[in-house]
Amino acid sequence: MARYITKRALQGLIAIFGALLIVFVAQRLSGDPVALMLPMDASEADFAAMREALGLDKPLLVQFAIFLGNALTGDFGQSYQWNAPAMGLLIDRLPATLELAMAGLFFAVLLAVPLGVFSAVHRGGWVDRSAKIFAMLGQAVPGFWIGLLLILFIAVELQWLPAYGRGTPAHLVLPAIALGWYPVAAMTRTLRSSMLDVLESDYVRMERAIGLPERTIIWRYALRNAAVPLVTMVGVYFANMLGGAFVIEVVFAWPGVGRTVVDAVFARDFPVVQAGVMLSAVVFVVMNLLVDLSYGFIDPRIRRG
Amino acid sequence: MLQVRDLKTYLYLKRGVVKAVDGVSFDLASGETLGLIGESGSGKTMMGLSLLGLPPKPAGRIVAGSIKLDGRELVGLDEEVLSREVRGRQIAMISQDPMTSLNPVFTVGDQVAAPIRAHHLAGERSAIDMAVAELDRVRVPSARERAGDYPHQFSGGMRQRVVAAMAIACRPRLLIADEPTSALDVTIQVQFMDLIEKIQADTGAGILFITHDLGVAASLCHRIAVMYAGRIVEMAGVDRLYSDPQHPYTQGLLDSVPILGRRQKRLKSILGSPPDPLSPPGGCAFHPRCPHAMEVCRQQVPPTVAMSDGGHVACWLKVDSTA
Repeated sequence: MARYITKRALQGLIAIFGALLIVFVAQRLSGDPVALMLPMDASEADFAAMREALGLDKPLLVQFAIFLGNALTGDFGQSYQWNAPAMGLLIDRLPATLELAMAGLFFAVLLAVPLGVFSAVHRGGWVDRSAKIFAMLGQAVPGFWIGLLLILFIAVELQWLPAYGRGTPAHLVLPAIALGWYPVAAMTRTLRSSMLDVLESDYVRMERAIGLPERTIIWRYALRNAAVPLVTMVGVYFANMLGGAFVIEVVFAWPGVGRTVVDAVFARDFPVVQAGVMLSAVVFVVMNLLVDLSYGFIDPRIRRG
Repeated sequence: MLQVRDLKTYLYLKRGVVKAVDGVSFDLASGETLGLIGESGSGKTMMGLSLLGLPPKPAGRIVAGSIKLDGRELVGLDEEVLSREVRGRQIAMISQDPMTSLNPVFTVGDQVAAPIRAHHLAGERSAIDMAVAELDRVRVPSARERAGDYPHQFSGGMRQRVVAAMAIACRPRLLIADEPTSALDVTIQVQFMDLIEKIQADTGAGILFITHDLGVAASLCHRIAVMYAGRIVEMAGVDRLYSDPQHPYTQGLLDSVPILGRRQKRLKSILGSPPDPLSPPGGCAFHPRCPHAMEVCRQQVPPTVAMSDGGHVACWLKVDSTA
């Protein structure tokens, strides 16, 4: 297990390095920042001075080394808009995104587990068929549209819940549903199919043959086997949501990482965009590592492997 | 103790109906081991599952007949009653493949304790103690420590012992052993058969031993029922069945077993292949492969003829000879 985790951690580091490389190259490809920063009538000397000040006159490899060094300390430069450290800006927004992601995931799992299990146990029944339609809708209909519908009906028409912003738990409900919408569908289908496999296994037949109540077999003995692919999905979706639930945060004016990055894109606030990309990458790698670790808790065969 | 009468379990598949068990009757006394022998697809596993009320869902169904355990009718009992009062408690099963019969993500101790807990024979703490005692009984070395291990940490033979411990944990009256040795190495097989005899001596359970291995059956069983296409074609005590088989199918089976020390040019085999379960031949299902087939065999299912030794055989040849 330790060796396995070390290996995965190293792979994660390589992935992060790759993301840094892409950010660095993309930055150089997106045009001359000096031209953007200096006035139209600046002289050649002004350009040279600016380049020197920014370190852009140095060889590319040296520039990359400096970039790496800064990145390691979390320094992605100052935000043009806010005149504050780009990464710090995003870290400040992280709790709001974390809150939303956890709520969205909680909603998704809360719905997907009973739906998936029930669909598998009563295969072909009305719950299974409705869940299938629901899942198709979930995967076909984009989350932002669900978000807009929720705002229109629940917030505006019925006035049950606030339409935007962050603050009370009530503010969290609609964006969480909109965010969890797609994962519910995917998780339900995944859990259904893995549960079906498990329910036809020899050990479930054995558990029936020794007279365990069907309830115990399903919720205690079968679910834990069927949950392995679900845990992977939870990890991936959580990483996705943390890295910025861009669209949903914009729709609900949620003051999180995603909305900040979207704002930065429109404002051409490159340091913030780059910091956002790197934050996503790191969160993704860390979440995947946690998922790998969690397998060991669920499935003892992996623990020793 | 166990009386099965005219039991019929059918599988309703998309392509048609398979009469997996088609009118089977037998008795089994406590402390007795009855061998159920047949080729793959002869319906012997389905027979075992039917006794537990567990024909594969949704296709399988017990359509007729009676299963009485100590006088109580089991066919038609509510699913919940079956699982609460019968399965694991009165009838238990050791299944075929030890590699897949244990839940991979729970400890062995937990799984052996599961039936004890489910049938309320003990509280949480003592259920584990009882499970350890059962593991000890089936000779799993250092049972207390190993109870905390997971199935993948055991060898095939040891896993089959764990499955046996699960099955006997609640002292069932009837133990169904469905080819428990066919996935094991020969040396491990012998050990496991010794174990089954010990379990029977300890618990006094009646055992229905399902197998296709005539040698294993001979060494373990008191009586043997030979099954073909969902029916029992011959039933007799072990000695008579092996020395003087009456049904042509039984004769064919015995002829196809190599005998140690005897020189044989070539093993005899039964001609043809097992019948298509979806459309078995009419009359006696064995007639297309039978060297003695007569016209009547094609027309009508042979009646069961009682033999003087207490066994019986279903063959038209015997009807003629006794008439």
